Amino acid sequence: MKSSLGLDRRSFFERVGGGIVVLVTGGPTAALAQQGQRLYPEDFNAYLAIAETGRVTVFSGKIEMGQGVLTSQAQMVAEELGVDLSAIDMVLGDTDRCPWDMGTFGSMTSRVFGQALRAAAAKAKVVLTSLAARELGVPASKLQVNKGIVSVVGEPQRSVSFAGLSKGARITGFVSGDAALRTPEEFSVIGVSAQRLDAIPKVTGAAKYTADLSLPGMLFARILRPPVHGAVLLKADVSAAQRQAGVTLVQRDDLLAVLHADPQAAARALAAIDAQWQLPAPGTAAVLDPESIFAHIALQSGVAKELVNRGNLGAARAEANSAVPGSPQRLMESTYQKGYVAHAALETHAALAQWKDGRMTVWASTQTPFPTRGRIAKALGLDGSQVRVITPLLGGGFGGKSADGQAMEAARLAQITAQPVQVAWTREEEFFNDTFDPACVVKIASALDPGGKIGLWDYSVFAAGERAATPCYELPNTHIRSSGRPSYGDQEAGTSVHPFAVGAWRGPGANMNVFAIESQIDLMASAAGVDPLAFRLGNTSDRRMHRVLDAVASAFGWTAAARPGSRAGGHGYGLACVIDAGTYVATMAEVDVEPATGKVRVLRMACAQDMGIVINPEGAKMQIEGGLAMGLGYTLSEELRFRGGEILDRNFDSYQIPRIGSVPSIQAVLVPNNELVPQGGGEPAITTTGAVIANALFDATGVRFFRLPLLPERVSLALRSHWSKPGFPLIG
Amino acid sequence: MKRKIGFRLNGKAVSVDTDDDRLLLWVLRTDLALTGTKYGCGEGICGACTVMVAGSAVRSCKVRLSSLEGKELVTIEGLAPAKAGNGTGANDGTGSPLHPLQQAFIDHGAFQCGYCTSGMLMTAAAFLRDNPKPARVAIESHMAHNLCRCGAHQRIVNAIEAVALNSASNP
Repeated sequence: MKSSLGLDRRSFFERVGGGIVVLVTGGPTAALAQQGQRLYPEDFNAYLAIAETGRVTVFSGKIEMGQGVLTSQAQMVAEELGVDLSAIDMVLGDTDRCPWDMGTFGSMTSRVFGQALRAAAAKAKVVLTSLAARELGVPASKLQVNKGIVSVVGEPQRSVSFAGLSKGARITGFVSGDAALRTPEEFSVIGVSAQRLDAIPKVTGAAKYTADLSLPGMLFARILRPPVHGAVLLKADVSAAQRQAGVTLVQRDDLLAVLHADPQAAARALAAIDAQWQLPAPGTAAVLDPESIFAHIALQSGVAKELVNRGNLGAARAEANSAVPGSPQRLMESTYQKGYVAHAALETHAALAQWKDGRMTVWASTQTPFPTRGRIAKALGLDGSQVRVITPLLGGGFGGKSADGQAMEAARLAQITAQPVQVAWTREEEFFNDTFDPACVVKIASALDPGGKIGLWDYSVFAAGERAATPCYELPNTHIRSSGRPSYGDQEAGTSVHPFAVGAWRGPGANMNVFAIESQIDLMASAAGVDPLAFRLGNTSDRRMHRVLDAVASAFGWTAAARPGSRAGGHGYGLACVIDAGTYVATMAEVDVEPATGKVRVLRMACAQDMGIVINPEGAKMQIEGGLAMGLGYTLSEELRFRGGEILDRNFDSYQIPRIGSVPSIQAVLVPNNELVPQGGGEPAITTTGAVIANALFDATGVRFFRLPLLPERVSLALRSHWSKPGFPLIG
Repeated sequence: MKRKIGFRLNGKAVSVDTDDDRLLLWVLRTDLALTGTKYGCGEGICGACTVMVAGSAVRSCKVRLSSLEGKELVTIEGLAPAKAGNGTGANDGTGSPLHPLQQAFIDHGAFQCGYCTSGMLMTAAAFLRDNPKPARVAIESHMAHNLCRCGAHQRIVNAIEAVALNSASNP
């Protein structure tokens, strides 16, 4: 039998190592296929191996980019297998050794792969217990497992360790069918905050990221980039670069690179290249900028996909149009906008490639090692089995490390030069080559029914995508459409709409949809004269949502406002909630605005989350806090500046991400729910950030903001114009 | 100009024979194989490459090797108390004691991806050397020039504050 790696079993086992290898066939894989794509190879998978030392190696195609899955996956195995967490070694994102995986994104590690991993570990325990039964001469039903020791119930001295069972063995256990998972009542590792397995390496500088690796004879490559997206290289004078000592020049098709054993020397050689470019023809795309992009998107987004069409929208609209102007039953129409946002992980894209004995090995900072292996094989004309992608630790990903241009570049250069090549993008290249979170638009028309509930909801989203586009409220007459959705994973995606590449960005689409939906909900609450918390509770009967709303209100200390926006003292409170990736989130914030400058200061935030069974509570809280802190960037300061295909922000001087001191105290509350398997953790919370701050700003000023980010100049302009109208008291 | 530049690195005398206009960051990462010091922006904005020179936090991506002549340099690998038998003072993280800030970063969960962590620790270590009892706002305003993208901001401040409070109570 051949595995999906194209290896026969013998060479497969040589790679995995001796001892007991537990292979899993069938089982949860079919049920867990995502979007019709297979998750794991149909033949067999090694999930874990138990060495003669008793150490357990877990193989997972998921990668560690800071979100903590190195640790949480080990916790799941330790729990189900019955070993100490410290007995586990993790191998992540190595395409030669780990089960096939589509990539680490979409908050799916615990809720999708984690369930398969738990099942594999539980099955492994069954295999080991049956081996022990033979060894000890008692039926398996009389055995128990604790800390890697199998013993006879009631006779603890009659025991054998996992290490003992695998001594001298080359046993392969094939397991199929179901094995019972441990229940929350039995948990001793899951649900307990564990110290990150990468903690000590990360504080001592010993942790290895891709660019920290080196091979004998390795060259650092610098690649010629166009000044503007869409520019075509006319000619390049490389003579000065070539004259520099130690420089290797590669010119092949669209790839022009200089390589050197010293990265600074490679940069000097690149600077010595005199390149002439043909700029893109003048036209609409060439003059697009952060202001004109929204009209362009609404025009170019194409045919809408209908997500929900329920009730009688026409009748509801007619009723809303005939309601008394100014009454809460009157139609409220809003347009929401958000600009392009960069991923801006602190680690830039990096790859190290080695072409040796007909095999290409690429170490890459990637969220998608398996798809990247396929793309490299295709680009180099190799078979998939000739390419191995290994994923070291990532210094942040956020959805931005999936296109993997750098891995392709390193592989091509290694093949051409026959030397190991490192490609590590500079910060300027990182900004230029980013697959940005797209600029996007949402249009909403909504109205209340005479009973004070949402009676009409007509929603169109352009260019953001459909994630979280369907509100968590009970809506009778509803129309929801999405157009211009970026197709993630393809670097060319969206080129007809966007002047450069766009892609998935932590909570893709959901950040915009939740900003728009939860802002509009706030507007409606205000029109109805109902406290925003009471309004939300009144428009959903979902008990999980009620629980997170109640939990955040209690943690935050929410005081009901008779009329949102009535405080208008430059100081206010906001609320936003969402269901995303199976997780329920409710967030509250307190803000302060300085009217003269328009500077919004976030004083504190609280967030309650029901994410089902929690593997690592402290890790889950860090994801909530981290999400909200990161979200304050697209909410308050991050909006890519560009002119056509020219990226104007190229570093952190002009592109401002949230800083220490500006990120407030954030209180994360986990609402217990052991009834449900683990749900998403990495993305849900961040999606509430835009709305919770815009809603707090509304409460503070009485002014509704429809565009993110809430740049100080925009805020102060809006405040001045609003407060210059009669009847509005000046503040501050 | 190629010449020999001598300095002390993590407590040991070293000498590097190379072009003296090379930047410290790349000499550390390539010639000296100390990769705990990270490239983040190349312009001294993000702080991921921070090291300590003569007790002060310095952005190694902006510092020429020539300026190191005769100076005392400490990188993340040398932050923990030195242990015997390792020429560069490199800490492999096994068994050797951690610096109080390193331990506090672990205890407070003050990192996720860890890429900014070396720079955060070196900046904080230099800061606490000069300001052993800083107020929280002083920590915040000093650390505002080191960037973190994962959102560990409040935990980084918590960790540094805990070390400051602890040293304040045990002078």
